Amino acid sequence: MVEFALPKNSKISGGKTWPKPAGATELREFRVYRWNPDDGKNPSIDTYYVDTHDCGPMVLDGLIWIKNHIDPSLTFRRSCREGVCGSCAMNIDGQNTLACTRSMHDVKDGAVKINPLPHQPVVKDLVPDLTNFYAQYASIEPWLKTTSPTPQKEWRQSHEDREKLDGLYECILCACCSTSCPSYWWNSERYLGPAALLQANRWVSDSRDEATGERLDNLEDPFRLYRCHTIMNCAKACPKGLNPAEAIAELKLKLVERQV
Amino acid sequence: MSTTETPKRSMRTPLGRVRNLGAAHSGTSDFWRQRLTGVAMTLLMLPVIVVVMMLLGRNQAGAAQILGSLPIALILLLFIFASAWHMKIGMQVVIEDYVHNEKLKLVAVMLNNFFSIAVALASTYAILKLSSGV
Repeated sequence: MVEFALPKNSKISGGKTWPKPAGATELREFRVYRWNPDDGKNPSIDTYYVDTHDCGPMVLDGLIWIKNHIDPSLTFRRSCREGVCGSCAMNIDGQNTLACTRSMHDVKDGAVKINPLPHQPVVKDLVPDLTNFYAQYASIEPWLKTTSPTPQKEWRQSHEDREKLDGLYECILCACCSTSCPSYWWNSERYLGPAALLQANRWVSDSRDEATGERLDNLEDPFRLYRCHTIMNCAKACPKGLNPAEAIAELKLKLVERQV
Repeated sequence: MSTTETPKRSMRTPLGRVRNLGAAHSGTSDFWRQRLTGVAMTLLMLPVIVVVMMLLGRNQAGAAQILGSLPIALILLLFIFASAWHMKIGMQVVIEDYVHNEKLKLVAVMLNNFFSIAVALASTYAILKLSSGV
């Protein structure tokens, strides 16, 4: 059966409260999930106090401040710090989002609570293991597939056909949507998840691609595609404002269209 | 998040695990039929409520007389057919979602099929018996 409770060694135990920085006038409390694969202990929630006068406004700024000033062992992914790379996806105040585009001020009611993306194996602290997620993306073969002779210049596309890719091509593969989806939590080995399916629809919708039917064949499966029950957490979570649920509905519609 | 105790790591590549046995090339029919039966039940809901209201407080003879009418019997039969089919597909989805043990899943899906067919046939038999006045 599906696991509804955390395994014993994933249960969160009490964590450390780090001392408040000396001389700080305005403090913001951060409660951060910690887990170290090397110490054999259960995960814990550590409490830190960030000097907001000395730090940028985003949650990622707070985490970097903690790493630089309080605890260099705090581990998290980050790169572009402007919502383009998707590295700093994490669960902030109960919502999957990017730490670099979520302002601390938008987190109401006391502490900023930070956990790794839900229901993924944890590598360390806020770093989830996304191996399966990336393999699912690779499985939809995200590249142009053609059999016609390659044109001398580029593959041409009308403005109207190009517009069909809007709302699909912007995905940065941060995994916020897939890891917010209960259906993905229960069946992530077989269900491709909202991110991979949105990308699949991006290639199915591409007028230049000549493998549309083959792509749909590979998606037509009770688990790969039809585990989507239109829960819509994906659309709520997407930090880029995309709607993976709609993309999945379009895939289902295309499958019905070729059958009925 | 789960820091699971050393999971049984297969030596298969992640992509091999995702591709696994390949796509079943099915699921669209069930998806379509679930919508079809859903729309059918929505349309039949009001007539069925009217028939049930007509049957309220009647004795068996009275009920048999009402169900003797072809349109009324047809409405009920169509409703039973649509709802049993819808129930079968819906329950199968729930089983596939939550039951991960392959053997248990096969048994559950089988029982679900048997149950849905039995409910549909028993209800059909009851309506036909009443409407034919036997």
